[in-house]
Parts: sequence; C-alpha cells; structure tokens
Amino acid sequence: MLPFCFEWVWDLGHVLFIGGLLFAPIGILGAGLTYCAVKAAYETINDSGESHH
Amino acid sequence: MDSALIPEGAKRCSFPKFYMGIAVVGAVVLWGLLAWGLIYWKGLNQTNMNDYYGFALWIWADLAVIAVGGGAFFTGLLKYIFKIDELKNIINFAVIIGFICYSSALLILAIDIGQPLRGWFIFWHANVHSMLTEVAFCLSFYFAVLTIEFIPNILENRQANKVSFFHHLAHNMHGIMVIFAATGAALSFFHQGSLGGVAGVMFGRPFSFREHLNIWPYTFFLFTWSAAAFWPCFTLLVTKITETITGKKLVGDKTVHLLSKIAGWMITSYIIAKIIDTIYWATVTAPSLGFKWTHFYSNNALYGKWMLFTELILCGVLPGVLLIMKSTRENSKLRLLAIILGVIGVCLNRWVMVLQVMAVPVMPFDTWALYIPSWQEMATTILPVAYGIILIALTYRYLPVFPQEQELNYPVEEEAVDEPVVAPAAEPVAATE
Repeated sequence: MLPFCFEWVWDLGHVLFIGGLLFAPIGILGAGLTYCAVKAAYETINDSGESHH
Repeated sequence: MDSALIPEGAKRCSFPKFYMGIAVVGAVVLWGLLAWGLIYWKGLNQTNMNDYYGFALWIWADLAVIAVGGGAFFTGLLKYIFKIDELKNIINFAVIIGFICYSSALLILAIDIGQPLRGWFIFWHANVHSMLTEVAFCLSFYFAVLTIEFIPNILENRQANKVSFFHHLAHNMHGIMVIFAATGAALSFFHQGSLGGVAGVMFGRPFSFREHLNIWPYTFFLFTWSAAAFWPCFTLLVTKITETITGKKLVGDKTVHLLSKIAGWMITSYIIAKIIDTIYWATVTAPSLGFKWTHFYSNNALYGKWMLFTELILCGVLPGVLLIMKSTRENSKLRLLAIILGVIGVCLNRWVMVLQVMAVPVMPFDTWALYIPSWQEMATTILPVAYGIILIALTYRYLPVFPQEQELNYPVEEEAVDEPVVAPAAEPVAATE
C-alpha cells in the first residue's frame, strides 16, 4: 500500500505499520544490497578489493 | 563428476550415492507436491479443517518451524551485535536452518491461504489493526534477511568464488552483515511476539487469553522468549543428525557446550516465566472468565493434565536443568536427551496454543472438537521436511558450511600441506570417498 492510494490514511497506525514494517525494511535491505553490489562492481573493475576474507 | 564444486580439501560421498539419497527424499517431495496440487485444484475441501478448525495442522507447523528456526536471528544477534565470536563455527548452519524453516513457513502459508492469486493482498490491502498483518510483513522481510545472510555462503562455493564480482560481493556482504542481522533481529522479535499475541488477545477463547502489558498480552513475550530459548536445541539436534549421517565431527565441542549453556539458561528463565503465567492464568484469568482451569484438561480423549506436565516439566524444566549443569551438559547422551526434549517442548507449546485452543468447548452447548488431519494436510506438512533435508544435503556437499570441518576431521592432512616435500600426495584435493 503506497501513500496517496485510496486506502491510505494519514494516521499513526498506517505510518508506523506500513512505514516501519514495510517500507523501512525494504529501504534498509535495498540500500544495503545496493551498496554491496556497487562496491563489488567498483572493486572488480579496479581490482582493488582484498583477495581474501 | 561434481568434484570441482566440492569445497577444497573436503571429502564427500560419491556422486551416484549422493543422488540416490536425494532421489529417495525427492519421492517424499513429489508426494507433497501431489497433495499441494490437489489442494490448489480442488480447494481447501481436501483438508479436514472446518468451522472449529480454521487454524489446524498447517498453522501449528508454521508456528513450530518459526520457533525452532528462530536460531538464525538469535545467532546473528549474538554473533554480530554481542560479538560472541565462538558462534562463527555454527552461524552458517544456523542461517541455513533458518532459511529452510522460514521458506517452509511461507510455503505452508501459500498452501493455506486457499486463494494464492490473492496472496499479495496482505501487502497491498493491509489491515493495520491485525497482528497477522504484522506477522506477514515481518515473516516476508525476515526471509529476505535470511536470504541475504545465506547468499555469501553460496558465493563462497569453490567455483562461484573464482568470479571476481561474486568474491567481492560476498566479502562486502560479510562487512555490513551487522546491519542485516540487526534488521533481522528486530523483525524476528516482532513476528515471534505477534504470533503469540494472536492467541493471547482472543477474549472469546479463555484457554489462550492472557492479561496484557499495555497492548501486548503475556503470550507475546513468552513466544519470543521461547523461540530464543529453544533454537539452540533444534540447531544442535540438526547438527547432530548431520554429523551422524556424514560420520564426521562438524562443530567443535567448545561451540556445542556454549550453545547448550545458552539454551539451558534461556529455557530455565523462560519456563519459570511460563509457569508463573500458567499459575496466574489458572487462578485469576480463567476464573474471572467463568472457568475452572481443570475444565480445559478434562472430558476428552486427548487433552489431559499429562499434556501440561509434559510441556512444562518433562520438556521444559528437565532440559533446562540438564543443560545448565556442566556435568550433564558435557555428557553427550544427556545433552542429546535434553535437546530432543527441548524441541518436543516448544513444538508441543505451539500445538497447545493453536490446536487445543480450537478444541476446547467455549459455549455451554459445545463439546470438545477433536481433529485428525487429512493425508493431503500431512503430505504438505512433511513436504518442507523433505525439502529441508535436500537443501542441507546440497549445501553440505557444495558449500563451505562448517569452518571447523577440516581441523576436526583431517588434522594430519592439514599438517601435511605445510610440508609438501615430505607428503606431496596430501595436498588438498576435492576428493570423493
């Protein structure tokens, strides 16, 4: 459910529930994965990453 | 045939032997898929669910696998947030077990919802007043977290790791795993709690209804606590089964003893809280709703006081005490007994909170409603078990799941690698037995 669609109501329940348990995890996980992938691509191109971990 | 994929230096059984085993378990998977197909084709009339049992075997299985699969979130919390480094020896396996449990829970829900084409409604047309909506959100995203935690292990496969991008990606994901673990821990806390909360808020079901702390019934906290308490039992049990089948020691004693100790203290503290909750419910809550507690354990063929004794004492107090005491914790037979009792205990608790709740008569004209699942329900409940066995077998064969496997099983060969001139034949190879 996105804000501004017909079912959305600007109340605490919707903001906490949908914002905190739907969009926040999507944002954190998406940003984390994007960071890892972009950094890995950069390291692969420049071959500057550590060779072991 | 597949030796190039097997982790370096690891010994695995031959290719035909391995896939013969997979085929046997695969037959069980096919049986489950047949039942699943029937349910999707003909509908939920293939089950023995009825007006009494809207929640039945599937929901019990769901709650049970989520409870025992909670190990992944708690191991991640202890390893990445509390920096208990010893758990690095079992974190990969805990994540795999968690991945299997949560994917199984989602699979069971996909069968249970009846109209799978409308499965996405719970996200798009979310009822923000429902605890089950919270469960659906947290379950889905926690599964995403588990997938993210599982990916680096997959990318460490011998061949995948040769690809530079995958190598760097796995390394980077390890680097920020603390963020994923923290997100997972928060999500897991909420959905474990909400699953318990569902039972605790049902005012019309005095067997499960509990007093509240603000908006949260006591069952909210007890469910989270029990999942955190009993996960090491399941993780250790699956590890033991894997060790028995493979004939190898896969996790060191130090890690096993640490996990057992954590389990012992968590189970004991949980069971004390659970006993206090039960006494309060029996003496205050149930009488305030017009019932004697004995009403819930009499006049039927299955649910007697023995069940309460088994859940609280035999599968609660006993494993807790056995795992707390050093002498019994470090005795392999008594430890195995304790972890088996622990797993039975948490599964029994979920059974009681789902199925006994439904069975108890709540109206004056009602009688006990007992339920036997149909073969389709049983087959689709066994399906995730078979899938889990296959996934564990594949990951054990192809991924470096157990970091201690080499040192615990081939210590001589490791020494030999350091001196190639003396023992040139002992260089690590992907050998097959």
